[in-house]
This record gives sequence, structure tokens and C-alpha cells, in this order.
Amino acid sequence: MTEKTTGGGGKYDWFWFLLPALILVVIFFFLPIIITFFISGTNMSTATGFQNWKWIGLKNYQRISSHPETLEHLWLTVKYVAFTLVFFNLGMSLVIALLTTHISRGVGFLFRAVWLLPRITPVVVYVMMWRFIAADAPYGILNQIIIKPLGLKTANWLPMAPFLFIVLVNGFIGASFGMILFSSAIESIPKDLMMASLVDGSSYLQRIRYLIIPHLRWPLLFVTTFQTLSLMTSFEQILVLTDGAYNTEVWALWAYHKALSTYSGNLQWGFGTALAAILVTIGIVMAVIYMRYFKFEELVQEPKIETQ
Amino acid sequence: MKVDIVNLTKKFGGIIAVDSINLDIKDGEFVAFLGPSGCGKTTTLLMIAGIYKPTDGDILFDGKRVNNFPPKDRDIGMVFQSYALYPHMSVFQNLTYPLLIKKRPREEMKKEAQRVADMMGIGHLLKRRPGQLSGGQQQRVALGRALIKKPRLLLFDEPLSNLDARLRISMRGEIKKLQKDLGITSIYVTHDQIEALTMADRIAVIKDGVLQAYTDPEDLHDRPKTLFIAEFIGNPPMNLFDVEIKSEAGRVYANLGNGARLAIPESRKLKKLVEGKVKMGIRPQDIHAGSEDGISTEIALVEPMGRDDLIVSKVGNAEVHFLVDPIMKLRMGDRIKLRFDMEKSQFFDIKTELSLLWD
Repeated sequence: MTEKTTGGGGKYDWFWFLLPALILVVIFFFLPIIITFFISGTNMSTATGFQNWKWIGLKNYQRISSHPETLEHLWLTVKYVAFTLVFFNLGMSLVIALLTTHISRGVGFLFRAVWLLPRITPVVVYVMMWRFIAADAPYGILNQIIIKPLGLKTANWLPMAPFLFIVLVNGFIGASFGMILFSSAIESIPKDLMMASLVDGSSYLQRIRYLIIPHLRWPLLFVTTFQTLSLMTSFEQILVLTDGAYNTEVWALWAYHKALSTYSGNLQWGFGTALAAILVTIGIVMAVIYMRYFKFEELVQEPKIETQ
Repeated sequence: MKVDIVNLTKKFGGIIAVDSINLDIKDGEFVAFLGPSGCGKTTTLLMIAGIYKPTDGDILFDGKRVNNFPPKDRDIGMVFQSYALYPHMSVFQNLTYPLLIKKRPREEMKKEAQRVADMMGIGHLLKRRPGQLSGGQQQRVALGRALIKKPRLLLFDEPLSNLDARLRISMRGEIKKLQKDLGITSIYVTHDQIEALTMADRIAVIKDGVLQAYTDPEDLHDRPKTLFIAEFIGNPPMNLFDVEIKSEAGRVYANLGNGARLAIPESRKLKKLVEGKVKMGIRPQDIHAGSEDGISTEIALVEPMGRDDLIVSKVGNAEVHFLVDPIMKLRMGDRIKLRFDMEKSQFFDIKTELSLLWD
């Protein structure tokens, strides 16, 4: 039946439903990207101010491609994203989710709550704690609690293993994201299914492999996609921890330094936004690849509600 | 396989879900656990499956204590009410999952899947996903998955509750036949007394975690040991009302009040002759209407049930339900005479709710 029950449903009604979200996306996403690409085509900087800048076309991009540090930052970013993603945002979070759903509910909940602490602690406070952990002797939690009692040689650990620390600092925050999604997905598996697989002869490990992990397919794909993109653009923890020292200047931090914080005081807005524009482009390309490769459109089901 | 359950107890926190149950199940026997929801029957089953650990007591398989065996070492198959099929696997993969876990060769998996699928009549569905099957087909797959590893014990947890009435009746027969053909010891949990009565060799009636009776269907129906069993078993349910026992001139009568009384025959002589109030029970099919003599009553309600009409009327102070042939065309307000077949009557102590006839 196609009888109309309320008012007139026009052909373009969908537009009004979309409008609020559309306004937000345009103002806070599309416009900034357009402005970014726009500025990246200029030589705008503190020296030129907002008045005297000139169009320089793709010159900023040429500079990036011939810049001696480009490859170094790029490689570091790839490594940083890959390690943090695999070992923490996916690996660690999956392990925590599995562990906390195989012990008693209360204890599991408590354990997960503890893992949320890094996320709800202000970044500066959180990173300061890591600096205290790594600090040189006679300070430093690592030195005092582990290294010294074992009679090993104390050190200032941050410069010793800077890459490890930027991965750890980000990983300990990032793990809680997947942890929440994975553990709630595990808890949503019907109890009968979990029992059936045990009765069918599975050990707990086999149950994880054949029942739980397949059930986590979508959360895993989502976390992979989402966290790759967010790690690529995240730099605030590294900024507070090392400010890019000891070869920890990832691409996003490099863009930030060039555009908004240089030693010379001449902020190269044009060059910095060109760096950011490359990151945005890579991000969009990656997102499209992920969505295609992981068949995200299968996630979106036809609505069960009948439209007229 | 023989199963012995000895003083089996399960507590969740302070709540006693199963209270020292003792049962023995013979090799090849089909036993039903019957009771209302929350009575502890599924908890008992899950302890036998190895999902729950008993708080106290023992479970013995062929005399061997299996309390600490994980489910995978118990050699059991189980069918769930929700079917519990793996949604991400095809029917073939579901069926062969127990073999995959045991790392059986692919050839054997194919052969066994075909064997079980043919047995269950689902051979043409092997490539489908559970979501593409009807409820009855899913239940067959679940049954096939439980059978494929040739378990020594089959556990059923209300497997037919999600099926429609017709299918339930046909599956009931199929499961019973399959169980007899294969001779696998089986435990069948249900709250449906008809399922229990029609399928099981013996029925364990459980209430509030306590075993009420463990006997064959006929005994359970004809000689209920407690008031609970009398109320729970039989359809339509047994009439139960308060009567007063009085001896008069060498005969014993049950007074229903308002002058209505029924003579109790020799065969129903009470264990302890109690003068005073007891609960009397009589099944609707044991009250006959339309005889020349008997207790006169006025019909309060007629419920046509197809084969019979269920009639409600008042005798003494008691409301009685009984069955009549629809051909009698009885209507509300009609007066008829009722004859109670007292050879089939039951008596219970009001306080202890135990039968005054059977031990």
C-alpha cells in the first residue's frame, strides 16, 4: 500500500534530513581541506603576512619532493603507524579484550577501566608521567625500580630508545579504543554459541580462533581503518614527549613545526599546509582503499523499515 | 554410556540452583528433565556438559568421575533451543566443526557430513548459511552437528521450543526414533510435559532445584508422589480441591462441602487414615457426565477443544473441570449429573504436599 498517512512526502525531502549533518561536514571538513590546498599553493608565511603572498603553484610540493628530510619523515611515519597499529591498537587491545572477557565480569570490567586511564588523562600529564618513567638517574621510575635493583647501568632512556617510547606512549592510549569495541563485540556473542563450541570439542584457544575472531571481523576492520588514519595525523603526544628530537619527527609533527612553530620564528604556512595536504591526500586514498578492500558497503544493510 | 549423578549441587553466590540431585541413567536410556523455568534443569544439564562446575557432588560417566573434565573431553553432543549454529559458517562447516577441531582429514569430514546430512534430510542444504534456513532445518543441522562425532551422550536443551506446533510434533517423533535407532544415551531438558511424557523412558521432575520424582511416564501420570507433580503433569491439568475425610458406617467419604460427598474405594485407601482436610485430585477425563445418578451440577463454562468440550462447573465448594463429547451439545446453565471415577482419585497432605497414596 502506498497510501500517504502524513502530509506530502516530496521528492527532495531527503535533503532537509541531510542538511544539519551536511552543514557540519562542509564547515568543519570540506572548507578546511579546501583552504589547506589553497594555502599550499602560496608562499604565505610570517614574512609575507596575509597581504603580500603570491601564488607559487606547485613549488611547495616540488620543495617537499626534493627536501633531504622527506624520505626520513615518511619512513618514520610508516614505521610508527605500523608498529603502533599492529602491536597496540590491534594486538594489545585484542589481547586485553579476550583476557577480560574470559575472567569474571567484575574483574574484567575493572581491568578494562584501568586501561582507559591513559585515554582520560590530559595528554600533557600523561606524557609527563612517561618522561618520569624514562628520566635519567638518579631519577626515573625505570632506573630506580628495575635497572638499579638489578645492578644494570642506569641511563636516560628516552634518547636511548626514542622510537620505542613514541610507540608505547601512543599505543597505551590507542589500545583502549579497540579494547572497548572488541570486548563489547565478544560479549555480544550469544551464550549458546560460546557453549556450543566448547561442547563441540573446542579448547578455549580454538574457540577464539574459530568463533570469536570471525565474529570480530567488522570491529577489527573498523579499528584498523580508523586507527591507521588517526595515527597518521596524530602528533600531540610526540610533541610533548620529544618535540621531534631524537629522530621522532613524524610527518604530522613536521607539518606542525613548519607551519606553526619554527625556531627562526618565520612560520611557513604555505610549506606547512602543503605537507598537511599530502597527509590528507594519503589519508583519503587509504580510506578509499580500505573501504574497497574490506567491503565496507556490506556493513551497510538495506533498511528493514519499508518506505512507501 | 551410563551416567550417574550423585548429590549434585550448584550454588550461584547464595542461591542454590541445584540441590543435591541423585540420578542414574542407564546405557541407551532417554531421560527427560522436566520442570518449570528456573527450576535448575538446564543448570544440571550444563554441569553434565562441563560448562558449569558443580559446587558439590559428582558426575560419573560409566563409573568414572568427570567433574573436572572440560567439555571437549566428555564426548558429548548437545542441541540448544536457539540452535546455536555458527552464523559465519555454511551448513557443511557447521556439521563438520567437531571433526575440524579434532583435525580429521578432509575426506572423512566430507563422508561424515554426507552421512549425517542424509540421516537428517538436509543433504541439499550443505552450501547454505544458517541464516538462509528455516527453523526446522536449522534444528536438523544442530542435531546433525551433535551427532557427527558419534557422541556417547546426547544433551538436548529445550530443542523444540522455538518451532511451531506442527513441526514440534513431527520433530518429537523423529528425535525419539533417532535416539532409539542409534541407542545413544540422551538427556532431554524441557518444560513441556507432553514432550517429556511422549519421548522419555524416564522423567526426572525438578522443582526449585530439588528432584521431585524420577520414574517412567505412566507412573508419573497415574501415581504422582507430590502435589506439584499432580498439578504439573497431564493436560488438561488435574482437578485439585480441598475435601474433608470422614468415616461413616465403615465407609470413607470425601466431603466436598454443601452436602456433596464421594465414597473412597478400597483401592484408594489412604496410607495414614487422616480424618480432616486433605487435597483431593482427579483428572478431567475421570469425571463422567450424563449418567443417570451422581452429583447434580450446573454448567458454568464450556470451552470447545475440538475433540472434547472442556466443561467447568461447581461441585460442593470446588470448581471442577471435565471433558465431555461435543455431541452432547452442553451449554452454559444446563444441569447435568457427574460421576467421579474414584478409582482414579489422588489424595495429598495439605501441609507436606506429599501423596497419601504412594511413596
